[in-house]
Order: sequence, then C-alpha cells, then structure tokens
Amino acid sequence: MLSDAGIGLGHFLTVAAILFVTGIFGIFANRKNVIVILMSIELMLLAVNINMVAFSAHLGDMVGQVFTMFILTVAAAEAAIGLAILVCFFRNRGSIDVEDVNMMKG
Amino acid sequence: MAIAALAFYVFAAVAVASGLMVTLARNPVHSVLWLILAFFSTAGLFVLLGAEFVAMLLVIVYVGAVAVLFLFVVMMLDVDFAALKSGFVENMPFGLLIGAVLLTEIVLAVGVWQFGDAAVASRAAVSPTPDEVSNTVALGRLIYDDYLHLFQLAGMVLFVAMVGAIVLTLRKREGVKRQDVLAQMYRTREQSVELRDVKPGQGV
Repeated sequence: MLSDAGIGLGHFLTVAAILFVTGIFGIFANRKNVIVILMSIELMLLAVNINMVAFSAHLGDMVGQVFTMFILTVAAAEAAIGLAILVCFFRNRGSIDVEDVNMMKG
Repeated sequence: MAIAALAFYVFAAVAVASGLMVTLARNPVHSVLWLILAFFSTAGLFVLLGAEFVAMLLVIVYVGAVAVLFLFVVMMLDVDFAALKSGFVENMPFGLLIGAVLLTEIVLAVGVWQFGDAAVASRAAVSPTPDEVSNTVALGRLIYDDYLHLFQLAGMVLFVAMVGAIVLTLRKREGVKRQDVLAQMYRTREQSVELRDVKPGQGV
C-alpha cells in the first residue's frame, strides 16, 4: 500500500537517519544533564528500530521485527539501570551534572 | 493511496520534530513528554509498515514503562535544571558540527548503496512474511520456534536489570520503624497481657 503511494525504504531510512543524528546532537548539546543524555540514547535506539522494521517490511522478512523486540528489551533494561545509577549518584553528590562525575579519578 | 502517504509524512514530521524538541526543551519534564510523542508517532510509522505488534510493544513498553520511569526520576530529583541547561549555547555549535559530519557520512554511505541482484531473493527465503496469518501470529511463531533461547535470554536480561535497579536504589535509613515479623511471632502471652486487680474507684 505504501509503495503504491511512492513511499519506499528510502523514506523510512531518512527518518531514521535524522532521528539518529538528533540523538547524537542531543548528547553533545546537553553535556551537563545526564537525564537528557539518556533520553537522546533512547532516541538513537528508536532510530535503529525504525531501520530494522523498515528493512523487515521491505525484504518481507520477519526476523527484523524479532530483533526489534530484542533491542526494545535491551533499551528498557538500559534505561532502568541508567536511571538507578543516576538516582544513586544524586543521593551521593546532590547533583546530576556530568562534570561532577569525577569521584573515581586517580 | 494518498492517505497512506499523507499519514507517513505526518508521522515522520511529528517524530522528527519531537525528537528535536527532546534535545532542545528547557525543562526535562517537557523533554520526556516530547519523547513520548516521538514514540507514539514512531509507533504510527510501524503500523504503516505492517508491524502492528512491534508498534503496540513500542507504545506499551516505551510509553508505558520507560518514559514514565524517566518522568518519575525527573520529578523525584530536586535539581536546578536551569543551571544544567547553562552550557547549552556553548556546546551547541560542537553538537551541530558532529551531527552535520555524521549526517554527511550517512548520506555518502547510503547514497551509493544498492541491493545486490541476489540479495533480496536470498534473504526472503529465511523467514518470509506469511500472507495468511496476522503479524502477531507470525511473530509469535517465529519467536517461539526459532528464537526461543534468545527470547528467554531477553527475559533474563530484564530480570538482571530489575534486580540491579533494586539493589542500586535500595538503602537502609536510620530512624525508620520497620516491622519485625519474628519478634511478633515469638511474642508470648506473658509479655503482652497482664492481669491486674483494679480496686473500684481508684484506677490503675
């Protein structure tokens, strides 16, 4: 249905590429706020998922969607652990500034 | 036909715009809300691609769990978020530079890329999308037949993440009254009840 309307694989890959670059930009632009950095990582994983599903639909191969599920699982686990570490860090230092993460330097 | 194209462009535009707003928003709570919008519009894109199950998974797992987790943490931490945003203007040119370089690389790499002659045919034979059953049934068959061990391993990853998150955030606080079940169970009648002979008109 989409290919009849002129929407092909390239359109979805473009959206995914823009989202991925947005995630990278977010990491570098919000260098202080760990929460926004974690959210940017989630955006990048979302872009990867779009790639996976687009190729899965284009090739008529279901395996891409299976791997999307696994990426989703790892992303959820990563968010949970990352936020737990963040809460732990905030209790110790009273800040979530990346510049303050220097307790382990020699 | 035109409706599908229109839906694609709306979902794609909303996804890209809200993704950009995640990084630009002043308030992290707004960032989380933009992230939720990005997840929703990506779920719409997945539905357009015919991957309904993954789309619903995205809504349930990402919007229902991950984004709400982010929201909880943002609201729980008592942080001056304006101070954290202070370096944004200085860092933005560098971020834009990195983004431009990466985008150029992607365009250069993908621009010349094309499918090989035998690629589609050789790939489609692995696990073709069945026509007679719905997306969810096909995905379920694939997961529970071919990817069972990986699926269980994914469950283990989630389990370890859950245990790790609890261990990291659990803390013993002083001055908090807790229930001591053993002490309650080993309490005897003599420790808790006392018979007194109360004289009338005097009280205990």
